[in-house]
Amino acid sequence: MSRIETMTKAPVMLALAAMLAVAGCASKNEIPNSAADLGIGGAGAPGSPQEFTVKVGDRIFFDTDSSAIRADAQATLARQAQWLAQYPTYQITIEGHADERGTREYNLALGARRAAATRDFLVARGVPGTRINTISYGKERPVAVCDDISCWSQNRRAVTVLRGAGS
Amino acid sequence: MKNLLKTVLLAGSLALGLAGAILPAHAVLEIDVNKGVVEPLPIAITDFLSGDSLGADISGVIEADLKRSGLFAPVDKAAFIEKISNPDVAPRFSDWTVINAQALVTGRVTTEADGRVRAEFRLWDTYAGQQLVGEQYFANKANWRRISHIIADTIYQRLTGEKGYFDTRVVFVDESGSKDKRVKRLAIMDQDGANQRFLTDGSSIVLTPRFSPTRQEITYMSYERGQPQVYLLQIETGQRELVANFPNMTFAPRFSPDGQKVVMSLLRDDGNSNIFAMDLRSRNTQRLTNSTAIDTSPSYSPDGSQIVFTSDRGGGTGRSQIYVMGADGSNPKRISFGEGVYSTPVWSPRGDLIAFTKQTAGQFQIGVMRTDGSGERILSSGFLQEGPTWAPNGRVLMFFREAAGSGGPKLFSIDLTGRNEQPVPTPHFASDPAWSPLLE
Repeated sequence: MSRIETMTKAPVMLALAAMLAVAGCASKNEIPNSAADLGIGGAGAPGSPQEFTVKVGDRIFFDTDSSAIRADAQATLARQAQWLAQYPTYQITIEGHADERGTREYNLALGARRAAATRDFLVARGVPGTRINTISYGKERPVAVCDDISCWSQNRRAVTVLRGAGS
Repeated sequence: MKNLLKTVLLAGSLALGLAGAILPAHAVLEIDVNKGVVEPLPIAITDFLSGDSLGADISGVIEADLKRSGLFAPVDKAAFIEKISNPDVAPRFSDWTVINAQALVTGRVTTEADGRVRAEFRLWDTYAGQQLVGEQYFANKANWRRISHIIADTIYQRLTGEKGYFDTRVVFVDESGSKDKRVKRLAIMDQDGANQRFLTDGSSIVLTPRFSPTRQEITYMSYERGQPQVYLLQIETGQRELVANFPNMTFAPRFSPDGQKVVMSLLRDDGNSNIFAMDLRSRNTQRLTNSTAIDTSPSYSPDGSQIVFTSDRGGGTGRSQIYVMGADGSNPKRISFGEGVYSTPVWSPRGDLIAFTKQTAGQFQIGVMRTDGSGERILSSGFLQEGPTWAPNGRVLMFFREAAGSGGPKLFSIDLTGRNEQPVPTPHFASDPAWSPLLE
């Protein structure tokens, strides 16, 4: 048992270290909590970043050039707010992103608007604003890198990143 | 860089008399750059005489500059009849007119006792049989490319009546690594792609560098402190400085024409972005817009009296358009009305035009319009391209383009006719070019 755990943990730690090394912009205590980034499939322990990413859903998506919170995104954010209420020691950073089909400076502003809209929704659902930071990456950090709409729709997103250790 | 010394070479008794007396009067040799289609002027650029390869190197850079402008057609050296052995003596003009060279460049490079290089050149009108320009330059040998660019600018100016733009540099963002974890470094190079070096190390995302019009300084945006902010960077020393420590993101910086202010966007708490100007001496900020909209990409008119910017204040989904307002924020007025989304406006250094990026029908276009929005012309269209920057003479734009499936962007220049597009060589992917003023 413990042996298997060790083996599965190792690549996670490596992926984590690689993320921190590459993401020079992220402060060291940020926890990259995308399942894909962590290279894991399971839902994780209750209260863990894995659970937040996989079970709750750490990201929402937007329509082209819009910062309106869609119905599917509202459901995800409602789950996020509930989970964050249950585990109040986490601080969060909301990253706003845009797809590549806009110009650079406008997309920085658009990403910021998406992050703010996401923050405002969570605050309305009871998450204290003091727990939330926002940052815009514009079109600088796509997750999907093809040149068509299937990727662009994944890149128009706001990702809730957990900071600080859970209880 | 400042130790370039220029003196004028008089035509001298050698070249005079002979030419003026024998040859018939001839219209002054000049390219009309305002014509719709400019026929490139055939020009013969001889290797400058020198004891080593430097003479040929210098004439090679001059030839490349003039050719890339699209206004000149260098004559193949294999066609040359006369071999220039003494550049102080008038050439045999008939040897050059017979190969249809309307202009001729001759020169000589020697080394002074103090080690400096002396470069002499003469520009000849072959049909009129006249020397048009004669100058010499003294400089450290390391600056030989600058000497070449200055000579090319002199030729360009004499034959077009417009100031040149070859003795300039370009700051840009060098891109490496995969697209989802792209490493971005500020880099600087001569306008022809030579002498490239990095200004930042790639540990933070850096974007949108712009030259100071008055100092060896750039302003840009960086993620180095987590929250992205606008910085200043001294090109020669590498010294970096935060322009202003706002709690929210600052972005889209650009200098005022006098170099005293940086105008930029500041993110509001409500998620919208407004435009502010900061005086770099007093560090006082002035709010220029106050809208619940995205107001960004501000760019001053060259006289400093107006600012053109991008805004989606007109409403609807994502209808970003171009507006002009007074430099104090007064009287904002929309000027773009075509079919599509407009952004990245940049005021021409001549004051007559505004360059922009337009998105329409799934394409990205680079275009220009007059400052009241009339006379829109599209110069280039593609899958993904943006970010025009003006050459200091207002005749050429540089921008970046990513072809579908290419994996990253590259730099291109295009003249105002839209007919002369040229790739700008960079070793890696490159974006966000910004052209310097003419060097001092």
